[in-house]
Amino acid sequence: MSDARILVIAEQEKGHLSSATARVLDAAGRLGGSIDVLVAGSQSGEAAQQAARLTGVAGVISVEDSAFDHMLAENMGALVVSLAAPYTHLLCASTTSGRNVMPRVAALLGVGQISDVIAVESADTFVRPIYAGSVLATVRSLDDKKVMTIRPTAFEPVGEQDAASVSSAASTGEQGMTTFVNEQLAGGERPELGGARVIVSGGRGLGSAENFRLIEGVADRLGAAVGASRAAVDAGYVPNDLQVGQTGKMVAPELYIAAGISGAVQHLAGMKDSRIIVAINSDEEAPIFQVADYGLVADLFQALPELERKL
Amino acid sequence: MKVLVAIKRVIDHNVRVRIREDHSDVDLTHAKMAMNPFCEIALEEAVRLKEQGIADEVVAVSIGDKSVQEQLRTAMALGADRTIHVNSDTAVDSLGAARVLAEVVRRESPGLVLLGKQSIDSDSSQTGPMLAALTQMPQATFASRIVIEGERLQVTREIDGGLETLSMSLPAVVTTDLRLNEPRYAKLPAIMKAKKRPIESLEIDELGVEVTPRQTLVRVDIPRERQAGVRVESVDELIDRLKNEAKVI
Repeated sequence: MSDARILVIAEQEKGHLSSATARVLDAAGRLGGSIDVLVAGSQSGEAAQQAARLTGVAGVISVEDSAFDHMLAENMGALVVSLAAPYTHLLCASTTSGRNVMPRVAALLGVGQISDVIAVESADTFVRPIYAGSVLATVRSLDDKKVMTIRPTAFEPVGEQDAASVSSAASTGEQGMTTFVNEQLAGGERPELGGARVIVSGGRGLGSAENFRLIEGVADRLGAAVGASRAAVDAGYVPNDLQVGQTGKMVAPELYIAAGISGAVQHLAGMKDSRIIVAINSDEEAPIFQVADYGLVADLFQALPELERKL
Repeated sequence: MKVLVAIKRVIDHNVRVRIREDHSDVDLTHAKMAMNPFCEIALEEAVRLKEQGIADEVVAVSIGDKSVQEQLRTAMALGADRTIHVNSDTAVDSLGAARVLAEVVRRESPGLVLLGKQSIDSDSSQTGPMLAALTQMPQATFASRIVIEGERLQVTREIDGGLETLSMSLPAVVTTDLRLNEPRYAKLPAIMKAKKRPIESLEIDELGVEVTPRQTLVRVDIPRERQAGVRVESVDELIDRLKNEAKVI
């Protein structure tokens, strides 16, 4: 057991703790030592209660101040640095927020940062993908304080425990550099790509935005998130926040169904860690079949409606 | 307004990366090198700001040995007015690069600094936010739209759930995502002309910044490849196998 003291910076929105937190805690547990969680922003008190019940958490720090809504990097950076002194490790999920805030924290502390950790070998040695996941690098940090982002899908969510104590800390407030204007979030009823258990993705094979309804039909039967290949996004069938791949979302659901997706390297990089992959494609030579557990060579416009009907 | 663009020389994105037999590092011997694709987008945005009359000078900077001058010449062919080569025989990590760039920012006083959101070799996404921290500037990472309105900058960012728009004071640091623009190709006359133009040179040791890497590389490995599974004959068989064999539905 090492004597690490770990602070996990959790994301929360309107009192709702991000589902990635339980997975980051799995990574934190592998470092050995005691684990605190920081939640900040409006209604952080509610999210703090959720964090307190996650296995392995010794204490939760809640800083309820709207300056930390949307994880604005300038405000969050100042807050994390103000709390950093006792900790040996600062961890955050490698989401677009974590990748925005944590390098700023590291530079303010004068240390390096380790991005997108997928395995913990020891308290100072970690595995992370480089070259779009085509190589895995094992790196040892030389810093006293390790500032890390954790790829959530590489770890399992921890379970629940009797609630740990929640305390509050002083807000460092608004830094007066950046203000939030607005956001356009996709989704609606369907689960978010990052946390979905099942994902149904469509590619250029769908042929049009209208035909993407076939994907949505199957997704809704399975309670799944909808994804897309870059080709489908570039063709304008769906908005870009649905893109799975090296330049889009990295996902690893229990079940990934790829329909009309040929399987370009850039797409495979984003979904090849899924537990079960299904490929449906009319082209039996499509590279997607080389990574699929189950391949069905079929016309999408017959197979997808049939799948929706029979599920 | 002066726009500073950071440029990194990386392996060409079409080249399949190999590792050394002893797993000590990747093997870049004889590999084709190019400007990092996200840096190309940053440079393109800077050149467009100049074409719109918003920027009056585009300065490109790169850190590395003499070979990075090749990418700085490409930058000039694509529209950079001046280029700065920070000469270093050893590789710098993200924090080292950010410290060097902070010193260049101190000397050049740009109104805006543009960088790629990540380099396609280390995939770290760190240098931009680190530079913002060290220069006490606001930051916007993963930008897909940039609008400059007087003294303020409005940036739309690609975030996990969709898009987010922020407003910030200038000067600021912005890192570019894929959809910000589609970079142009350099034209032959511009490439020929860029060969003759001067590149300003700085020695990294003379900048007075600490650039010792903060991590050591223990080993590299090629991840286990996924194997192809079985072909199913029908939708019925697929559903049956997903239910009874894989047990995922």
